[in-house]
Amino acid sequence: MSILSYTAVGLAKAIKAGETTAVEAMQAVLDQIDRTESEYHCYVTIDREGALKRAAEVQKQIEASELEGPLAGVPVAIKDNICTEGMLTTCSSKILENFIPTYTAEALCNLEKAGAVVIGKTNMDEFAMGSTTETSHYGVTRNPRNTEHVPGGSSGGSAAAVAGEECFFALGSDTGGSIRQPASYCGVVGMKPTYGTVSRYGLIAYGSSLDQIGPLSKDVTDCATILEVIASYDTKDSTSMERQDTDFTSALVEDVEGMRIGIPRDYFGEGLDPEVKEAVLSAAEALKSRGAVVEEFDLSLVEYAIPTYYTIAAAEASSNLERFDGIKYGYRAKDAEELHTMYKRTRSEGFGPEVKRRIMLGSFVLSSGYYDAYYLKALRVKALIKKAFDDAFAKYDVILGPVAPTTAPRLGESLSDPIKMYLGDIYTISVNLAGLPGISVPCGQDKNGLPIGMQLIGDCFQEKKLIRTAYTFEQTTR
Amino acid sequence: MAKQYETVIGLEVHVELATKTKIFCGCSTAFGGVPNTHTCPVCTGMPGSLPVLNKQVVEYAIGVGLATNCKITQYCKFDRKNYFYPDNPQNYQISQLYLPICRDGYVEIRTPEGDKKIGIHEIHMEEDAGKLIHDEWEDCSLVDYNRSGVPLIEIVSEPDMRSADEVIAYLEKLRMFVQYLGASDCKLQEGSMRADVNLSVREVGTTEFGTRTEMKNLNSFRAIARAIEGERTRQIDLLESGEKVVQETRRWDDSKECSYPMRSKEDAQDYRYFPDPDLVPVHISDEWLESIRGKQPEFREAKMERYKREYDIPEYDIEIITGSKHLSDLFEATVAICSQPKKVSNWLMVENLRLLKEREMDPEDIRFSPEHLAALIDLTEQKVINSTVAKEVFEVMFDQDIDPVQYVEEKGLKTVNDEGALRKTVEEVIAANPQSVEDYRNGKEKAIGFLVGQTMKAMKGKADPASVNKLLKELL
Repeated sequence: MSILSYTAVGLAKAIKAGETTAVEAMQAVLDQIDRTESEYHCYVTIDREGALKRAAEVQKQIEASELEGPLAGVPVAIKDNICTEGMLTTCSSKILENFIPTYTAEALCNLEKAGAVVIGKTNMDEFAMGSTTETSHYGVTRNPRNTEHVPGGSSGGSAAAVAGEECFFALGSDTGGSIRQPASYCGVVGMKPTYGTVSRYGLIAYGSSLDQIGPLSKDVTDCATILEVIASYDTKDSTSMERQDTDFTSALVEDVEGMRIGIPRDYFGEGLDPEVKEAVLSAAEALKSRGAVVEEFDLSLVEYAIPTYYTIAAAEASSNLERFDGIKYGYRAKDAEELHTMYKRTRSEGFGPEVKRRIMLGSFVLSSGYYDAYYLKALRVKALIKKAFDDAFAKYDVILGPVAPTTAPRLGESLSDPIKMYLGDIYTISVNLAGLPGISVPCGQDKNGLPIGMQLIGDCFQEKKLIRTAYTFEQTTR
Repeated sequence: MAKQYETVIGLEVHVELATKTKIFCGCSTAFGGVPNTHTCPVCTGMPGSLPVLNKQVVEYAIGVGLATNCKITQYCKFDRKNYFYPDNPQNYQISQLYLPICRDGYVEIRTPEGDKKIGIHEIHMEEDAGKLIHDEWEDCSLVDYNRSGVPLIEIVSEPDMRSADEVIAYLEKLRMFVQYLGASDCKLQEGSMRADVNLSVREVGTTEFGTRTEMKNLNSFRAIARAIEGERTRQIDLLESGEKVVQETRRWDDSKECSYPMRSKEDAQDYRYFPDPDLVPVHISDEWLESIRGKQPEFREAKMERYKREYDIPEYDIEIITGSKHLSDLFEATVAICSQPKKVSNWLMVENLRLLKEREMDPEDIRFSPEHLAALIDLTEQKVINSTVAKEVFEVMFDQDIDPVQYVEEKGLKTVNDEGALRKTVEEVIAANPQSVEDYRNGKEKAIGFLVGQTMKAMKGKADPASVNKLLKELL
C-alpha cells in the first residue's frame, strides 16, 4: 500500500507505530507534487525545505512522546488566505504578491501544536471570490478527477490537493460554500462549522460575518478529527464562541436510528442536474435503510438567499479589502506622483475583475441613499432565512440536499456569465447566512465520472449530528 | 439701524482616554516611544487581524455619559467609517454612528444671565488614527501607528452656545468631569482634548439656523475664543456684503488669527457607515451600569460644597483647588496627614501657584507628594525652619520632590535656637551698625528692620526672625 493512500488519522497511527515517519510521509507528498503539480496546480507556494525540516522536528517530538495527537506528523495544505508567519500569503491576488505575514492564524497554530506539518499554500479564487478557482492571479487549478474540469472554489486548491494526494488533508475557508462545493466537485469531505467555532484570527477576511475556516479531508473520520483540533475559543476573535462540546470524534458512530432527516423540496426543483438529484436522493434512501426517518418539507425563502448573500458579502468585502492600498504591504503601483493616483492605480492593477465587481457592488449597497434599500433589507432577509431554518430544525435533526446543482463544470465555462456562477451557490450560501454547520460528503458520480456531493446541514452547534449521519452513510456505502 | 446678529455654536469634542492599552488590542497607549513600537497586527491593519473591545473604554464612556446626564444605550454597536488615508491602516475607522453609547444629555454652565443647560446630542467611542510625518529632506512621507487605536470618545453638543464665554464654560465643565473620572488628562495643547467648533450666525429674532462652518485645529482655550470671534466676524461680513456663507470645514491658524477653507460640502465623502461585523454588539446590563454609577467620583460641585462645610478656607481657594483634580487630590491627601487645611491651602495657593506660573506648568504636572508637603508644614509649625527657608525648601521640593526633613538636615537649614549664639550675633550687628542703632533710638522704627536683616544674613537665614526682632528690642 502506498503511503499516500493513508488517511490523515491512519498516517498518524502508522507514524506513531513506527511503520513510517513524518519525514517519509512529507517526502512522499513532495514526490507526488513533483509528478502531478504541473498538471493540477494546487499550490501557490510549496515550502519544500521548510516542510522537510519541520517534519524532522515533529518526528523527533513524536519519538520523544512529546506529540501524541491524532494528527502528529501529518502533512497539511493551507488555503492561501490563512496567515502563515514567514510564509508568503497571497489570497491568490496580485495585490498580495509579496506579502509575508508576521503571525500565524489561530486555527493553524492549533494544528501545528498538534503536530501537523505545513507543506505550502493552496490556490484559490482571488480573495475567495469565485466558485471555480479560475479567478486566481496565479493560474487555474485543475480537478484531479478530470483535469478538463474545474475543482470548484474558492478552496479549489485545497480540495484538489486532497483529491490528488498532494497532501493528507487541507484547510479551507467557507463564506458561501467555498469548502463544501469544491469538496463535492473533487469527491472529498469538506465541512463548514457553526460560525464562531473556529477562530477567524489570521483568516484574511472576505465576508466577516460569514467566513469560517474548516477541514477538507479524505473521509469523515479525518474531518471530525481535524475539526476537533482546530476548534477553539479565541479571545482574539470577538465572534469566537466558548463551546464545551468540541469532542467531535465522539460522534463517529455508525447509527442513525430515529435520526429525523428533512429533505427541502425547494432544493430539488428547476436547475438541478438529474444525475445529481438521483445520487443525492439515493443517499437519503441509504440513510433511511439504516433507520433514519426521512421526509420532504418546504424550507421557503430559498430564492432570496443569493441576492441576500451577494449584498451582505460584497458590502463587507468592499470594506475589508480597503486595507490593500499599496501603503503598508503588498503590491504598489510604480511611479505614481500623488497619493490618490497611487491608490487608484495600485488597486486597479492589483485586483482582478471578479474582486473589483464585488467591491463595486458592495460600495454601492452601502452608499448613502441605498443603505436602507439594499444592505439593511438584506440583513432583515438574513434574519428571516435564519428563522426558516429554526422552524425546520424544530422538526428535523438534519437537512439533506445537494451541494451544487451540477458536477464540476469544464474549465472556462463559468467566468463568462457571473450571474450563472452566483446561482450555482444556491444550496450552500443560506448555511452561511444562518451561521449553521454544513458538511459535503461524496455520494456517487455522474456518467463522466465526476464526483457528486451530498450536503448535510445541522442546527447551530449540531456538528455531531452531521458527523454521525455522514459517518454512517460513509460506512454504509463503503 | 445696523442688524443685530446672534452666534450659534455647537461643539464636537474628542477626548483621548487614559486607558493603559488601546481600544481594540493590547498595545500600550503611552505617549512618545520609537515610531511603530507600540503596534501589533491589529492596530497596523494587518490582513487577518481582528479587533477585541477594551472594556475600560466602555466604562469611561459610560462614566462621562452619566456625569453629563445622558441616556446610556444598553445595546450599542460599533460601525465602520470608510475612508482612504495612510494614517488609517485599515482605511476604515471603527466608530459609532447608528447606536452611540450615550445620547440626550446636558451640562449646566454658569452665564451672566444665570445657569444654562447645554445639550449633549451624543457621545460615541472610536479609535484614533496614526500620524503622518512628511520628511522634507528625503521627499517622502512616513507613518507612525503608535497612536493608531488609542481610544477616543467624541462628545457632540447641541447648537446651544451663543458666545465664546459659553463655549469656554462648557469645555471647562466637560474637562472637570473627565478629569475627575480619571478618564483623561484633557490637555488641549497635547491633543488629548480636541474641540471642533461648528458656528453659524443669524439675525436676532429669527429661529432658523444660518449656514454653518466647522473650525478645526484649535489648541487652546484662547485659540478657541479667538477663532469664534474671527469666524463670527467673517460670516457677518459676508452676509452684510450680500454674500453667502459656504458650508465647509476650515482650519484655524492661531498665529495669523485667521482661518482657511479645508474642504467644502461638495467634496464631502460618503463614509459608507455599516455595523462592524468583526465586533459583537455591546450589551450593558443593568448590573454593570449600576456598578459604574456606584463608582462615580465626587465631582467638582459636590466637592466645593463639602469643602465649604468641612474646611475653613476662602471660597476663592476652593474654586482654584477644585479646578484641578490633581490639586484637590493633593489637598485632601495632605490635609488627611497634617490636619491643617488652612496651611495646606495656603501653600498650594501661594508658593505652588507662583511656581506653576513661572515654570509654565499645569496643576496636573505637579510631582511632589502629599507626605512631603505635610512634612514641610510640620517643620514650619515646629519652628524647625523659618518661613524664608521653608519657601526655599518648597521650591526644591516642587522641582525634585525631595523629602524636606532629610533635605533640611543635610543642608543644615535648621533655625538656630541656641540663645547664646543668637545673642552674640545680635550684639555684633549692633556694634557694627551704630548709625541704625541711633536711628532706632531716635524713634525711627523702620531701622530695626535693617538690623533684623543684617542679623538674618549673619546667621545665614537660619534664625527665627521673630526671635531676632524680640532680642534686638531687648538689647536696644
